[in-house]
This record gives sequence, structure tokens and C-alpha cells, in this order.
Amino acid sequence: MLAQLFDGSDVGLAESLELVAAVDEGLVHGFARVDEERGAALVALAGAFAGSPLRDRIAEAADKIAAGSIGDDHLMALAAARIAVFGAVHDALLARADAALGRTRSAWAGAPGPAAAATHLLAGSRSWLRELAIAGWRGVDHDLVSAAGQVIAATLGDAELRRLAVLLDGLAAELRAGSPIATMEHVPVRRWADLWSRALLLAHDGGRAQRAEGAEPVTGRLLVLGADVHEHGTAVQVQVHGVLEAAGAAPRLVRASVAAAKVDTIVGPAVWRLLQGHPTLLTALAEHRALELTDMPLLGSGDLVWRDAQARAGEPTDPFATARVLLPAATAPAVPPLERHPARIAEPVFVENFQEGPLKVDTARLPACGPLTAHLVAGASACIGLLRWDDGQWSLQPMAVQFTIKKRTSAMHTTDWAMGPSPADRLATRTSMDAVGVLRERAGKLLRK
Amino acid sequence: MIVDVDGAVQRRSMALVIPPIEPRKLAKVPFVELADGRLQGVVSSGSDVERVYVSSIGAGTHGLSCSTNNNRPCGGLRGSWPCKHLQALLDEASLQYGRERVARYLRIDVEPGKSLAQGLHSTHEPAPAATVFSSFLRHLAYLELPDTTEPIPELHWFPATGAR
Repeated sequence: MLAQLFDGSDVGLAESLELVAAVDEGLVHGFARVDEERGAALVALAGAFAGSPLRDRIAEAADKIAAGSIGDDHLMALAAARIAVFGAVHDALLARADAALGRTRSAWAGAPGPAAAATHLLAGSRSWLRELAIAGWRGVDHDLVSAAGQVIAATLGDAELRRLAVLLDGLAAELRAGSPIATMEHVPVRRWADLWSRALLLAHDGGRAQRAEGAEPVTGRLLVLGADVHEHGTAVQVQVHGVLEAAGAAPRLVRASVAAAKVDTIVGPAVWRLLQGHPTLLTALAEHRALELTDMPLLGSGDLVWRDAQARAGEPTDPFATARVLLPAATAPAVPPLERHPARIAEPVFVENFQEGPLKVDTARLPACGPLTAHLVAGASACIGLLRWDDGQWSLQPMAVQFTIKKRTSAMHTTDWAMGPSPADRLATRTSMDAVGVLRERAGKLLRK
Repeated sequence: MIVDVDGAVQRRSMALVIPPIEPRKLAKVPFVELADGRLQGVVSSGSDVERVYVSSIGAGTHGLSCSTNNNRPCGGLRGSWPCKHLQALLDEASLQYGRERVARYLRIDVEPGKSLAQGLHSTHEPAPAATVFSSFLRHLAYLELPDTTEPIPELHWFPATGAR
């Protein structure tokens, strides 16, 4: 069925990415000096928006920046142009995936959430992002990276701005690791432009995501398919994909995300310890149990805002049974307008005998916190994974695999170590589960002096 | 450092920029970083649980510095040979980042069969302990931040990797 993913080509995709290069290349060299070629690229980008409400703002930005005047509004217009183009690319790709999977998707009906209140932190973040845009990646040095330290620390302290803070912190760490970038061999041009433009968008008003207040309360059973793990030096997020069965509604695909701040030395299975505040969820993940939910807030994006006390671990259920039986007919959630980007495409799929097909299996994306390895995936007969797209290519990110050893079928999931790996696994992965404990003890002594 | 396996780093949203960090035991050297042009970190005192040493090695200059967090100079650091705290810092940094990345950052010419410490052409160069120490405190402060269960879609750009 996934063959349809590879039928024909996406009309306009290459041209769209070409347009975006005007911003991406500009960010490499900095908007302080825009030569003729880059100026013309910006004008071409503005031309592509001739029929859009963004037209005037982008045209003005292209003019002013080419003339050497760089205001926040101009940079915001460039970021918006880029985000709009990727939004369109996302829509085309997701429509293709939905068609290939025979998946029905709800239409977006939600209203934006409230704007963030801490305007000084937003302004501080924008100011750093402006400095980056002026200097260009090639001009970034230790001082420019360090300049973000204070505003990031302050932004991390504001719960409303967690998304912005986590993003800025991840970007700053990469810039620090690459500094001085002038001598870096290959700059991750698209990636850093993605991160910069998203950060600028979030630094405008916080991103206006929906909140748990006012979300639809759902009561029913959540059958877990698997979990995707996201991690950078100072953050980890476990995003659980599952099918929600609630009274009076058709089965729906939903997600539940739990995230914690961390430090770079907490890696591998130790990250689960940071999420111990959600014991019901972790137990259900480790023991493959269904979750019985009571009045759990569900956002229009299909995200449950997890409240562990409103969940109860239920009967053991096999994620592979859920994937075979319930996944094909489950309705997918709408994607909020500002989240539309190809990097966010993560569609749960179930595939068998998947090694031979055209779909590339992305084993680089197997997290160190779980037992799934490239070796296991290579020998598997079935897989629950996420369909992803990057750089013109679809790929399958495994979340669980099924395999047969001596005529017995077993399965392995990224979440099997959610309550900690077995002693044997601990040895094999050289896991020091005490990293969190050691650092918390130090923090207790030093931070409260 | 860029890990450019297939040359697609420039076009990929998911390009891997920072290689995964290796796990290590933290009791002796709870904090290590390659930042501000130095390998710097915090080393537990062997004798006093309340005391820590702030140690650093300058990139290129190989300037050595070691003192307590109250700015008392380390008695073991005399002249240009690294004290045991600096050696522990180098050892743990090699575990965490890999020997090569540390050598590249500090610009040490590594000779086969020799330790990183032997590759240093060191001088004694007191560095600001307070800056490093506050960096450590900021590091610890991450563990005090509350969890969040509202989704962070931006983290899709930061996939967890490193399964072995």
C-alpha cells in the first residue's frame, strides 16, 4: 500500500525548496552584506508570494534587506515566507501519505491559544536571532553564542515559553559545537534555517499553541502503538502514539507527550528517570498495558495533555494487535497551521517484510534509551514505525519490531526500558542509572547555599 | 563537529550536528564542557565532600588552572604539569566526547601510545573559576525545571539517537 508514496513526483516541490534557499543562503553569509545574487533571490522569493496576503510584507523585506536595513519586521517576514513555503510542502507530502495509507484526517477547527505574556523575554530572544541573521552562520563565534546564555536561562524559567527556550537552547548548543563556524566544512544550511525561522516565529508571541484549559476532555481507552523519543543536550521528550477509543466517537490517532529538562551527561536509559513523575504512563509503556483515561484534555492537534492521575494502567495489550486491527481505520488529527513543516510529519504505520521495499529504514533514529537496535530491525518481520520525510526522501523510523527466533515470535519496543532496563541489559549498555541521582545530590548541596 | 555520512548535511532538516555523548560515571567529575575556548569542569575533592575544584585547560595555549570554588589555588598544581584534578578532567572529557574531539578542541598533537596530558605544552594560567562554577550551577539548575506535558513540536528536529 505504501507504494503510492513513490508514484510520480511532487509537482513544484523542487521549485519551492529552491525559493526557500534565498533565506537559507542569506543566513549562511549574513544579511549584513547581501550581494546582487542573494538580493535577486530574495526578490524572487517575494515574487512567489504575489497572490498571497504576505505579499507586501515580504516584498518590503526583500527591498530593505538588499538595501542594508534590517529590522525585526523584515526578518519576521522572511521567516514567515519560509514557514509558509514549507507549510505548503508539508500539506502536499501529508496528503500523499494519507492517500497511500488510506487515512482519513480531521480538518483543523481549533482556535489559536493565548499570546505569551513575557514580552521582554520574547524581545531578548528576537534580538539574539537578529544578531545571528546579521552575522550569518559563517560569522558566528563563541561570543555570539554565549550572548544567548542569559536570555535562554530566563526563558527556560517561564513555563509558557518552554518551546522557545528548548529550541533556542538546542540551536545554541549546535552553534557552540560548530564554532568557529567560519572553518566548518559543511554548514547544516537547511536545518539551522529551519530552527532559526521557527525560533523567530515563537519569539513573536510565544507560538499561540492551544492549552489544556478549554481542550476537549476525553474518557476512554488509549491503546499504545509505540513511542518516539526526542532529545538534545538539555531536553528529552517521549511522544507516545496510540489509538484512542472513546464512547460515541470513532477510533482516533492521538499522541501523549512528556518532556523534561536534562543535562548532556544524562543519556541512554537514564533519561527515563527524569520522567518518573508520570508513573502510570511509564508502567503502561514498559508492561504494554492499555491506559484508561478520565477527562484527559485533548487538543485539536491530537495531543493529549498528559495528567498521570487521570490515567489508570489497564489490561495488557499487544501494540502489534492494535497496529493490525485498529490503526488502519483510525482517524488522524489535523495539523495546527503553524506546525506544518515536513520535519513534523510522523505518521504511525504498520509494515511487514519491509526491508525489501523502496521505503528506507532509518535506523539512525533509534534512541539509546531503548533496546531496539539496527541489528534487530534488520532481522524483523514486522514493524510499527513512523513515516517521515527529509531531503526528498521518505523513511520509516521504527518504534517496535516483531521477529521470530526458533519458531517463536517476540517483539521489542523503544519503550521496553521505561521502568529501567534489566540488570543484564544495564551491563550491556554500560548504563549508569545513577547519573540523575549524583547530579541531583550535587544540585541539592550547591544550589540552595 | 559535523558528522557528514552522505554529504547531505546541507540539505537535511535532520542533519546530525552534535555526535551523541558517551555515558560515564559522574561522581568524580560531575561537570565537563568544551566552551569559551577551554576544556573546563568541576572535579570532586577526594577528601572533602563539601569541596569541589574548578579546573580548566585553554585551547591552543594549554594554560592550566585549578582552584577550589572559593578561589583557593590547588596545592597539586605547581609549574606546568597537570594536577590530579586536571588529569581527571582530561580523562573524563575523553570518555564523554571521545579523545579525538578533545584533542582537536584543545589543539593537542596526539602521539600514538601517549596520553593527552603528555601532549600538553602547558603553562600555568589562572582562569576565572567563578565563571566556570556558575556555568556548573546553571547546568545543575536544568534538573530543577518542571516537566511539561504540553507537546513541544520543535523537538521533532532533535531525534534521539545512539542505540547500540
